[in-house]
Amino acid sequence: MNAPTGSIASYNFAYLDEQTKRMIRRAILKAIAIPGYQVPFASREMPMPYGWGTGGVQVTAAIIGPDDVLKVIDQGADDTTNAVSIRAFFQKVANVAVTTRTDEATIIQTRHRIPEQPLRAGQTLVYQVPIPEPLRFLEPRETETRLMHALEEYGLMHVKLYEDIATHGRIATTYAYPVKVEGRYVMDPSPTPKFDNPKMHMSPALQLFGAGREKRIYALPPFTQVESLDFDDHPFTVQTFDKPCALCGAEGVYLDEVILDDCGGHMFVCSDTDHCESRQGDGYHGQQEETFR
Amino acid sequence: MYVAVKGGEAAIRNAHRLLADRRRGDPAVPALHVSQIVEQLALGVDRVMAEGALYDRDLAGLALMQARGDMIEAIFLVRAYRTTLPRFGYSRPVDTGAMQIERRVSATFKDLPGGQVLGPTFDYTHRLLEPELAEGATPLEPERREVAAEASPRVTDLLGHDGLIEPDGVGNGEVTDITRTPMEFPLPRDSRLQALSRGDEGFLLALAYSTQRGYARSHPFVGEIRIGEVEIELDVPELPFPAPLGRVRLTECQMVNQFKGSAKAPPQFTRGYGLVFGQSERKAMAMALCDRALRAAEFGEDIVAPAQDEEFVISHSDNVQATGFVEHLKLPHYVDFQAELDLVRRMRAEQKDATDIKEAAE
Repeated sequence: MNAPTGSIASYNFAYLDEQTKRMIRRAILKAIAIPGYQVPFASREMPMPYGWGTGGVQVTAAIIGPDDVLKVIDQGADDTTNAVSIRAFFQKVANVAVTTRTDEATIIQTRHRIPEQPLRAGQTLVYQVPIPEPLRFLEPRETETRLMHALEEYGLMHVKLYEDIATHGRIATTYAYPVKVEGRYVMDPSPTPKFDNPKMHMSPALQLFGAGREKRIYALPPFTQVESLDFDDHPFTVQTFDKPCALCGAEGVYLDEVILDDCGGHMFVCSDTDHCESRQGDGYHGQQEETFR
Repeated sequence: MYVAVKGGEAAIRNAHRLLADRRRGDPAVPALHVSQIVEQLALGVDRVMAEGALYDRDLAGLALMQARGDMIEAIFLVRAYRTTLPRFGYSRPVDTGAMQIERRVSATFKDLPGGQVLGPTFDYTHRLLEPELAEGATPLEPERREVAAEASPRVTDLLGHDGLIEPDGVGNGEVTDITRTPMEFPLPRDSRLQALSRGDEGFLLALAYSTQRGYARSHPFVGEIRIGEVEIELDVPELPFPAPLGRVRLTECQMVNQFKGSAKAPPQFTRGYGLVFGQSERKAMAMALCDRALRAAEFGEDIVAPAQDEEFVISHSDNVQATGFVEHLKLPHYVDFQAELDLVRRMRAEQKDATDIKEAAE
């Protein structure tokens, strides 16, 4: 099982020892059984820093098998440095197949985005979570927030959203927008833009959330109801962009702003690089392509 | 024309190659050997062992070398290695009363059984730079005493005989292990002491200092600080006696604090406890002060200061966690920033429209 034989530098499959994986799997099972509930787990020190995806890495390490195909994204992109680093880690310690294609992956570990292409049954989306507690910035004490969840006492969150409306005329939370799961637990969707919240609702894929530093795991089993908190007169809305992606012309997707010069020149391109490249491969192109054609 | 950035992999590889070069420094200067770090930067090695929570001088020395002398990075390296090691048991509690003492001072009694032993301390050195050290001066052979004929009982045990200090508490035989079970507040004292023992020296020092400046004052006296080696023993079911595993060097600090009494119970001094791998008086003393401050609720004291707030202290004392989360801010956040940028732009546009309409109306 735990096989440090011979050389000092040998590690178990997927780095974690089997006892640790079992402990994490138990936490995951409990999390799936109580959707949206934060399950404490004995998070390990990982060979990357806390806050850099150790929770997601531990969840992935606990569920990954030799036949899995792994995709890792950060900010929607496969080639951001931390995504590259985590993907290389699993190639090294688990020797699994990796991909950048959303439809080919069985496990997708993500930071801050949900892929644009709808996920299907059998896929697992693993989120890296910095602060799992949606109530943390309203009440810093864990002892208090656990009690608030237990008593389903979420008034404070509604007051916060109401205060936003009173001050700014709208709910001013743009990412890590709180959701209610199956009408029970208020959950932090991790710092994804609220644009991605609707993708969580009734998703056929399993969604797992790992917070390493804060030692919590939570989950959304497939086909779970996930509602973004709102008011009848201020319904939840997502971001919209005025222009399509400059590279692939996609509309209704999340875009990143790229600054082109120091005179205010900028353009918008897909945050999801795989989605953008696939569309370009299929012959779609945006305005930039036309200009340079 | 904008092209999506590629090449994270090559960039990472090159960055690490440059790091290795910078770590080596000027190749004309001889490379360090881990044994030099272990022997000559021993207190740095001790800190890495203490906060890395792994007693291995060579690994701590290697970590310091690999980290280019960055303490927290070295501690992190040791922790990440430690967590992969199998656990095969928990040792018996160490008997610090039977410590092979190299240093032992008490601030509460002028003389006591076993005596005051200064040992290898910076105390009373004049902090003048010594250029001869840079020239490789050979130190004088240290004076040696005959093996102590007298036992050195712990000061708190001496006070305990007369019931002048609260009892040490009785263990139930099982210790929690904060590296194997998730911490849940409020913590039992053993968990809390484990967390403090591997907590950041600077953070605990500052909190301890705050208690001395009036933020949860506890009237502390250094009952005793002792540094030396203790035997580690393991109970093996097949053996009729505990199996000795070796020795570790520890620093123990027993603070004697503010007394407590009531109509029913006669007044007694209270305890604050510090225990750290290696030689680190500063850390052991800071830990003892923090431990006492964190026992406020136990003694019915008002919780008014940061040092008394268990969730605050313990949640933020781990420097590996702290550095990771603070430094993660340099990771890309452009997706979230885009969301905020969009919101601010919309709100500014709306405000401008409103002002324009108002001006047009006027």
